[in-house]
Amino acid sequence: MDNIVIYISIAMLMATLLAGLIRFVKGPSVVDRVVAFDSMTVTSLVMIGVIAFLSNRAIYLDVAVVYGFLSFLGVVIVAKYIQGGL
Amino acid sequence: MKETLEIIGQIFLLMGSFSLLTAAIGLLRMPDVYNRVQTGTKASTLGAILSFIGLALMTYENWVEINWVGRFAVLVVFIILTNPVSSHVLMRAAYAMKIPLSKLTTVDKLREDINNKIVEEPKDE
Amino acid sequence: MKIKNIFVSFLVIMIGWMLLTWSLDMSSVLLGIGISLALSIVLCNSCTLFNEINLTPKAFAYFFWYIIVFMIELVKANIDVTRRVLSPSMPINPGIVKVETTLKSKMARLILANSITLTPGTFTIEINDDAMYIHWIDVESEDVEGATNAIVRKFEKLLEVMYG
Repeated sequence: MDNIVIYISIAMLMATLLAGLIRFVKGPSVVDRVVAFDSMTVTSLVMIGVIAFLSNRAIYLDVAVVYGFLSFLGVVIVAKYIQGGL
Repeated sequence: MKETLEIIGQIFLLMGSFSLLTAAIGLLRMPDVYNRVQTGTKASTLGAILSFIGLALMTYENWVEINWVGRFAVLVVFIILTNPVSSHVLMRAAYAMKIPLSKLTTVDKLREDINNKIVEEPKDE
Repeated sequence: MKIKNIFVSFLVIMIGWMLLTWSLDMSSVLLGIGISLALSIVLCNSCTLFNEINLTPKAFAYFFWYIIVFMIELVKANIDVTRRVLSPSMPINPGIVKVETTLKSKMARLILANSITLTPGTFTIEINDDAMYIHWIDVESEDVEGATNAIVRKFEKLLEVMYG
């Protein structure tokens, strides 16, 4: 009962991931897919935060920091590539 | 006092998740790439910030011994710094690929100025 | 000039160290000071990133005021976009408009462009000298004057104080 708010927000986050996945599969152009990937990454960062809170381990947040950094690099590199600059 | 902190944190977390959900719905419903980038990446920025603030407030029990607040603060600053950059690069790539704007678009000053040779086509050096 | 550069980057790296280690032990703080000093001297020996910032109390006050204004704008714009996304008829009216800024410093222009990008509804695509091309989800006015007043002015008058 204590954690019901957390479960509601986990449900919302799962719905967000699902919507991003639909756009990722459907998206007509490459940019659509990369945008969907970016949105899913931010959602997973929040998800890692929720999991760290639930299992009471602050060390998991370091994973989130590194994951966010790698995803930022990935998005920028893919964007440069499809623009023809790489 | 402590229950108040927890309730405020839960409200923040709910608002953040709702904002993320709105971003995803916008990602599904918007008509062209540019509007999808608009709603998809920016609403999710505010959603992530609100969720992290909420989670940081909910861990009030061991703020002193364990480093929750610092890590969440680093995450928030990191997202604020990187998200506009990556979405801007994406938008420029979409414009350089000449993906058409949707039919609802009213005005395109950038294309006019490119045609008038005031600015160059966005591409890399 | 160079001293200011090194000092500001030292402060930024040191704050990051303190946030990530989260301890006030003498050894940890001293190690952090040593590492930040070395990094800021090595990395910022020739960079011009913080050259144009004003280190006066007024600029600091305006910095915090800027953050508050920015947060209010962020929440307002988010509510607006949420309303547009969730309403069944989806009342959007997108377009690319041109605005002009009077800011001279590069860093101030970077912050301005990032603030415009972070507030939902407006999005910087291209910067060319004084002109910025902005994708706007609901175009209120197509000419340069009206768009500049609606998008840029509220951030610009605060940034002018911070970056002389």
